[in-house]
Amino acid sequence: MDISLLQERATFIGAIRAFFTARGVLEVDTPLLSTAATTDPYIDSFSTTSQGRNAEGPERLYLQASPEFFMKRLLVEGSGPIFQLAPSFRAGEIGPIHNHEFMMLEWYRPDFTMEQLMDEVEELVADFVDLPSTERMTVAEAFRQTAGIDDLLSTTTEQLGEVAVAMGLPSAAEMELDWNGWVDYFIALVVIPAFSHAALFLTHYPASQAALARLSPDDPRVAERFELILNGIEIANGFRELTDATEQRRRFEREAAERLEEGLEEVVVDENFLSALEKGLPECSGVALGVDRMMMLSMVKKQLDEVISFPAPSV
Amino acid sequence: MAMVSTSEFRNGLKVMIDGAPCSIVENEIVKPGKGQAFNRVKLKSLIAGKVLERTFKSGESVEHADVHEEEYQYSYSDGDLFYFMHPETFEQIGADHAAIGDTEKWLKGQEICLVTLWNGNPISITPPNFVELQITETDPGLRGDTSGGGGKPATLETGAVVRVPLFVSENEMIRVDTRTGEYVSRVKD
Repeated sequence: MDISLLQERATFIGAIRAFFTARGVLEVDTPLLSTAATTDPYIDSFSTTSQGRNAEGPERLYLQASPEFFMKRLLVEGSGPIFQLAPSFRAGEIGPIHNHEFMMLEWYRPDFTMEQLMDEVEELVADFVDLPSTERMTVAEAFRQTAGIDDLLSTTTEQLGEVAVAMGLPSAAEMELDWNGWVDYFIALVVIPAFSHAALFLTHYPASQAALARLSPDDPRVAERFELILNGIEIANGFRELTDATEQRRRFEREAAERLEEGLEEVVVDENFLSALEKGLPECSGVALGVDRMMMLSMVKKQLDEVISFPAPSV
Repeated sequence: MAMVSTSEFRNGLKVMIDGAPCSIVENEIVKPGKGQAFNRVKLKSLIAGKVLERTFKSGESVEHADVHEEEYQYSYSDGDLFYFMHPETFEQIGADHAAIGDTEKWLKGQEICLVTLWNGNPISITPPNFVELQITETDPGLRGDTSGGGGKPATLETGAVVRVPLFVSENEMIRVDTRTGEYVSRVKD
């Protein structure tokens, strides 16, 4: 590994801290190990066991896939705007732009709308990456432009499958996907490649694709979730946060049922997080940004292993 | 029937696609943000030679193809089949024209070839990287031209035609690179 890389990395991290300090956002650090894990069926958490904290025997602990639940608990306690540079862990995610542990920059802004938070994401990213003009587009509009699907939210599973076959997409005829699966398929194979040389905020994901975001007050079929995609790479994922504890529990239960159906490992729902929500999460927007990926784009590198000290295959 | 999961996909892995054995040449994992991940895969069909593109849900399994390679020595052809013998077990196998393909033009007998077997049957034959063959026909070249820039066609004893330098003449033995089909050198007795 090149030592000059370490220097660049340190400068980079320092600049992120300076950005938030100048804006009065407080740096926090929260536990990496928790008794609960995300219920998201597409995220596999690492787990370990610890002896001795309780009498019943060894306790199972999960490495956090993101610091989201702990940070929201701080917001409930009245922290005000906070940010964190948090090592985050996702089992099995290894590839050119995936590493099973990575540096997440996550921040929360009380009273920010999703649009205001997107502005701030853009200002931060522009400090590091040569940003062309950034476009904002709803997921439905992106489907219209790239796949000719006029009204995504009214489509059926069969219709999405038929469009995929008609477009000659690989394995379209054999794929066994539900509606959300097809949406993911189109985003991965059609939408993102179409914007592979652009800076794009995709906004307003279908409600079924945003477990922690508030539904849009204008159209409850979509959620106030956005992703920033730079040169075809997902950099950040943010929400106008869901503050309704009952609704949050319902969504966790739906995801847990989905995990069961898919034969995935059962995970413990974060009751501490849910009871914090019951006390009242302030209206806020929050976003998680992949620091290593932003560094990779900033340094015009092609793979994550060019910007991290010890990528997964070398540890 | 052995199955392999997409997490085991790597270049060179042999899997069954539409009933035919294929070798993975490219495997890319695409994950749209928080959703379902997919493996976008390019595969080379070991029978048709075509490159196919397929997409799998990550975690899905596909049938493993029982394909392996082994060295055999080429014996002879009866016009329909090309017979190869295993140098240790002396087992004899016959490969058809589809399996031999272009390799036929480099074989006169005794060559050690790499045979790709699917369920025990030969599906492709890779000749040695270099073969030595006699020129049966070529125009007399101009003496003194050693630039090597031009060259001329020469027919070899197996029927293959290669470009040779002008100074090479009929009945000479030459060494040919079968991967490129190009002349390498003359072979001195």
